[in-house]
Amino acid sequence: MAETLLSVSGLQVHFPIRAGLLRRRVGMVRAVDGVDLDVARGETLALVGESGCGKTTTGKAILRLVDPTAGSIRFGGEEIARRGQRELAPFRRRMQIIFQDPYSSLNPRMTVGAILSAPFEIHRIGDAGQRRARVAELLEMVGLPQEAARRYPHEFSGGQRQRIGIARALALRPELVVGDEPVSALDVSIQAQIVNLMRHLQVELGLAYVMISHNLAVVSHVADRVAVMYLGRIVETAPREALFFGARHPYTQALLAAVPEPVPGRRRTRHVARGDVPSPARPPSGCHFHPRCPLATDACAREAPVPREIAPGHRVACHLVQP
Amino acid sequence: MIGFLLRRLLQAVPLLIGVSIIGFGLMHLAPGGPLAVYTLNPTIQAQDIERIRVLFGLDQPVHIQYAKWASGIFTGNWGYTFFGGRPVLGVILERVPATLLLMGSALSVAIVVGLAIGVLGATRRYSVFDILATSGALVALSFPTFWFGLMAIYVFALELRWLPSGGMWELGEEGSILSLLRHLILPTLVLALVITATWSRYARSAFLEALQQDFMRTARAKGLSPRVRLLRHAFPNAAKPLIALLGVELPFLFSGALVTETIFAWPGMGRLFVDALTMKEYPILMGMMMFTAIFVIVGNLLADIAIAAIDPRVRLS
Amino acid sequence: MSAQAAASRRVWRRFMHHRVAFVGGIVVALLLSAALFAPVLAPQDPTLLDTSVRFLAPFADPRFLLGTDELGRDTLSRLLHGGRVSLTVGLVAMATTVLTGAVIGIAAGYLGGVADTLLMRFVDTMLCFPQVFLLLVVAAFVPPTLLSISLVIGLTSWMEVSRIVRAEILNLKEQDFVAAARALGASRARIMFRELLPNAAAPILVAATLKVASAVLMESYISYLGYGVQPPLASWGNMLTNAQGYFDTVPWLAILPGIAITATVMGFNFLGDGLRDALDPRLRMDP
Repeated sequence: MAETLLSVSGLQVHFPIRAGLLRRRVGMVRAVDGVDLDVARGETLALVGESGCGKTTTGKAILRLVDPTAGSIRFGGEEIARRGQRELAPFRRRMQIIFQDPYSSLNPRMTVGAILSAPFEIHRIGDAGQRRARVAELLEMVGLPQEAARRYPHEFSGGQRQRIGIARALALRPELVVGDEPVSALDVSIQAQIVNLMRHLQVELGLAYVMISHNLAVVSHVADRVAVMYLGRIVETAPREALFFGARHPYTQALLAAVPEPVPGRRRTRHVARGDVPSPARPPSGCHFHPRCPLATDACAREAPVPREIAPGHRVACHLVQP
Repeated sequence: MIGFLLRRLLQAVPLLIGVSIIGFGLMHLAPGGPLAVYTLNPTIQAQDIERIRVLFGLDQPVHIQYAKWASGIFTGNWGYTFFGGRPVLGVILERVPATLLLMGSALSVAIVVGLAIGVLGATRRYSVFDILATSGALVALSFPTFWFGLMAIYVFALELRWLPSGGMWELGEEGSILSLLRHLILPTLVLALVITATWSRYARSAFLEALQQDFMRTARAKGLSPRVRLLRHAFPNAAKPLIALLGVELPFLFSGALVTETIFAWPGMGRLFVDALTMKEYPILMGMMMFTAIFVIVGNLLADIAIAAIDPRVRLS
Repeated sequence: MSAQAAASRRVWRRFMHHRVAFVGGIVVALLLSAALFAPVLAPQDPTLLDTSVRFLAPFADPRFLLGTDELGRDTLSRLLHGGRVSLTVGLVAMATTVLTGAVIGIAAGYLGGVADTLLMRFVDTMLCFPQVFLLLVVAAFVPPTLLSISLVIGLTSWMEVSRIVRAEILNLKEQDFVAAARALGASRARIMFRELLPNAAAPILVAATLKVASAVLMESYISYLGYGVQPPLASWGNMLTNAQGYFDTVPWLAILPGIAITATVMGFNFLGDGLRDALDPRLRMDP
């Protein structure tokens, strides 16, 4: 069993809503409302859910780009949830992020070479010559020509820009990379290329990924384990096969039922979610999914279900699911 | 609306405080201190300066001085002039009407002419008129106001002798409206030049923006005449940024008035300012800085209220 | 209007704008060269007094192409050297303005929160004072060296620049590349000046060009009043100081420096305006 690299427990990220003359707090957006997850070294954990469920915020919180309101984040055994930005410096080299939008994630006024040597400049690694060499290495690693270093981002296609983003994320040889919908903005044919590149690099460099996505088809190709999020909470976590062929939570089943291209061999269930996703500022009581759940009972409205392990590595947060 | 009013008033308070601090700070940063006219004068004895210092309360700690001065501003006691010991506020207020007259007439001319040019330019975009007007405005903006005034005096007063070269009234004709108007023409036109240019550019932008909105197409589809479309649909929407511009341009209007008054010997606040500079009359200088700043703050407040009156969205935000 | 006519109008418009900016650019280039090479170009020493040739009219004497002033100094030479002085003040003032405005704008825009509120309140407060009033008061306080004049003009005109820069930074702040820099552990200073600032270059360039124009105008006014460049050093402004007295006898002494100022300011204004249209149509609404 590989060692646990990242361990998140009870993570909460709440954003205050301010209004009025004195900007008083009139409500809270509970973007992340109690999330537990673990990522082992070298594995890919997929974090899936619909828009607004809090998966991107979770990814950012892990990297401390957003401050957690409560909870614990342990990276390599060390607690980082409360550390100040200065103290986080050593961790910045060990965990990185790839962004969704290839057009806004690269500084339009910097050459690719400058973008890729920025990580080395920031951490004062090497001299100019050594940095150039590392940049050349990175470009080769992601399949871009050497002369790309002299060009500007706007001269590249979306897929190529995403390769640059990947190269940047890998510059400091991190142990964990959060991919925030890294292929969602790309054409389908390019998506496959990028996904394959990421898998190849994972094997070569021993990376762990947290792959955030709303696209279950992509996830089914890359994930070792999958965590499903709904309205700030994780409703089901399972190894890939178990999730796609044996999902137990009603929401997961509804998600899978909605996928247009069926995963081969998957049994279709008949449970479909009703209605729309509620606002994260006013989540339903008890189990967040209960207003839309075809199987909801009174207990579901009263009490939030605790995640329970119903099979090895398979956790579900639902009152109606028994081990 | 009341809520908006209160909020807006509340926002003005820190501005007033800030302005008073800067005004106070400026005076005390002057070389030789606030009593420079005395300290820099070698014939005045040290103990006399000391007495004057105590008299003016300048021997007390800075924050006490500031507090006294600030509360004085609030209550109407703006200090006394060094020469003659006259109340500063009174001296300033004496000059205000002349300046307001000049500023007001220049502004009126500028708004009317500027709007006309701007609207015409917007409705006949890229026509010869528009190109000329746009370039012309840019040229007009480039003239140094004081030099333009000098040239105007040279051409109209000295060469052509159509208009007087300065002052507010002909000697012996004080109070005559006709004389006043004759003297008002040149300074008004000179001051109005730059403001008209700015206004025509802004009006053109504002109207272009309004004309390109979807609701204008709807109005056209409804079969409304061009005039109605312009006046009742485009204008109210273009008016908002223009009223805001009024507030923002107020300080500039004061600056221009100062320049124009010095050239035309117009007995207003601008002239007073320059004279006070020469004589190092700091109380007057400070008083005028405060006066103009307060005027600008109030002006912007009124402009915002006017905008809120027209545009309900602003009231609710 | 037919599609043809609309298309040709667009082309005509782009041409006009380029031409206007182009002319402005030529004028600016000519002026800067004249200022740079003034000592070489000037036919006479501008400080040379010779009362035997005072008040010569332009073109009356080939040695003094544009005439002489009340002390017999060659007007053309004085214009060239004066231009050097005025443009120097204009450029240094512009540099001060842009530096101050950009730093404050970036800090306010990126740091947000209390820093932003305080800085912007400060900007609002400064904007309540008419610039000429502020300028004169401070100029009257400081000994009038070229440097101090330039700094004073610069330090009273930066407010609009800071607002423009802040607005641009607020737009940019939300872009992912900024988050990426933070994820890499970049310091705030690095993000502000290495990542954000280059992206704000366009509005800063436009503002800089227009600020030279306004700085030259300001210098001319305070020199005219006697609080700027001091004689015997010539600047276009102080060449006009006794202009009103010249009208009867030597009107050209009042006209020529003014033309020089107007041409300079026009050149920079046209150039700046053209730059603004070319670089970013979004900025059209700003003064």
